[in-house]
Amino acid sequence: MNEFLGFLLSGVTVGFIYALVGIGFTVIYNSSGIINFSQGEFVMAGGMSTVFLLKAGLPLGVSFILAIMITSMIGIVLYKLISFSKESSQISLIILTLGFAIFLRGLAEVVFDKELHTMPSFVGDSSFDMFGTTLTYQSILIMIVSIVIVTLLYFFFKKTKTGQAMMAASINVDAARLMGINIKKILMINFALSAAIAAIGGVLLTPITSTNYEVGIMLGLKGFAAAIIGGLSNPFGAVAGGLVLGILESLIAGYISSEYKDAVAFVALLAILFFMPGGIFGNTKAQRV
Amino acid sequence: MLKIEKLCCNYKQIIALSDVSLHINRGEMISLIGANGAGKTTLLRAISGLQNPKSGNIYFENKNITKLESHDVAKLGIAQIPEGRGLFSILSVEENLRLGAYIRDDNEIELDIEKIYSQFPILKEKSKEYAGTLSGGQQQMVAVGRALMSRPKLLLLDEPSMGLAPIIVEEIFEAIKILRDSGTTIFIVEQNAFLALSVTDRAYVLENGRIVMSGNSVELLEDEGVKEAYLGA
Repeated sequence: MNEFLGFLLSGVTVGFIYALVGIGFTVIYNSSGIINFSQGEFVMAGGMSTVFLLKAGLPLGVSFILAIMITSMIGIVLYKLISFSKESSQISLIILTLGFAIFLRGLAEVVFDKELHTMPSFVGDSSFDMFGTTLTYQSILIMIVSIVIVTLLYFFFKKTKTGQAMMAASINVDAARLMGINIKKILMINFALSAAIAAIGGVLLTPITSTNYEVGIMLGLKGFAAAIIGGLSNPFGAVAGGLVLGILESLIAGYISSEYKDAVAFVALLAILFFMPGGIFGNTKAQRV
Repeated sequence: MLKIEKLCCNYKQIIALSDVSLHINRGEMISLIGANGAGKTTLLRAISGLQNPKSGNIYFENKNITKLESHDVAKLGIAQIPEGRGLFSILSVEENLRLGAYIRDDNEIELDIEKIYSQFPILKEKSKEYAGTLSGGQQQMVAVGRALMSRPKLLLLDEPSMGLAPIIVEEIFEAIKILRDSGTTIFIVEQNAFLALSVTDRAYVLENGRIVMSGNSVELLEDEGVKEAYLGA
């Protein structure tokens, strides 16, 4: 039982990271119809920048904030590339994001290095016993920060004018434009926001799993799976999708073999696409004609 | 107030509008009638900046708005109720109305929402419900209300009667007339020619992307050609 709880908690911890990556996928998909395959590289950029800013002697808080800003800028650069592209078919733009991901990996390799890096936990490396299992403070921090981000996002979409404009644009672009909403600005905010959230995930995860230039490949795919499980168009579905995925992975790694851990995401992804293409928590868009 | 000169527009390689010229004076209520596919929607989209014309010019209050982006057009005071209403289906009725006031930042937004509710009391009842779950008529009321929330100088309506029961159409047109009486200029695009001609001052007839006739609505109602082509007489 205690063992089970331990697996569950570590699954929830990593699940929240998948959720943060997955949210980025949904936010960009909703507003542009594009699947952004650079999402994992945003996670990498967040983690790697923090590591190297720390090495350069900056305090943790400053490195953290700078890393998020850098990653947001990278998100904006990607948006600019997409908006300048003469190609407007969504499949070409998705390929553009794939190319951008490869570019970012290469850039990280050159600017940073190919080594594996870690950094000290924000809250110390200690842990404590709870319900008969061990929980690190970093895990708790990840859970709290993720919950805070998701809550803030909810209020942002529900209660702020910009958030509502983003919702409107995701539901009906032309109608949103008729309301006077500047779609280009909204899209740019979406890319910056997705990158920032992914970067936060990357920084939070680094003390636990460490990071290197290609850590984004797997994290991006896991986040994508989380988004698909959640229904792709719903940021809060992605949170649930991430948690489901994290817990499944952790249980399978714990009880069967950690060899199969990464397969979980892809089996889940295929199963969802085959049997519930709308995702478990997909928006059933209410529409009466 | 609005002046269109020799506008040409393509829709997916097909010529949708050719050499369309028309004008609308302040305070007028004008209609554009024509069959399905005549180019009516394309014209409204071009005015609102949702679509780039191939050539020609659109002037609003003597300002050339041909190349303006749609959000800038909206800021000038041109609102449109698009084809199919374009509601934000998974937002509530009230959120839809509030988005209508997106370009405003004065403190009378709440007041205007109450005005809309007093004109369409059913919307107050349903204010927290998803707009997409409302009946067709109620959705059209939301669409009208949302357009009014921007306090437009010029309101463009694309087929406001489409798919609605006659009694609802009457209610919607009643609201439009009240709006006209309060000084808003109105441009209605309609397939239902009889309806459009009976409420508007002047009308244009669009056929295969060209204006083929224009004039006083009452006179057009009596015109043999119009009768035969559009009034089923």
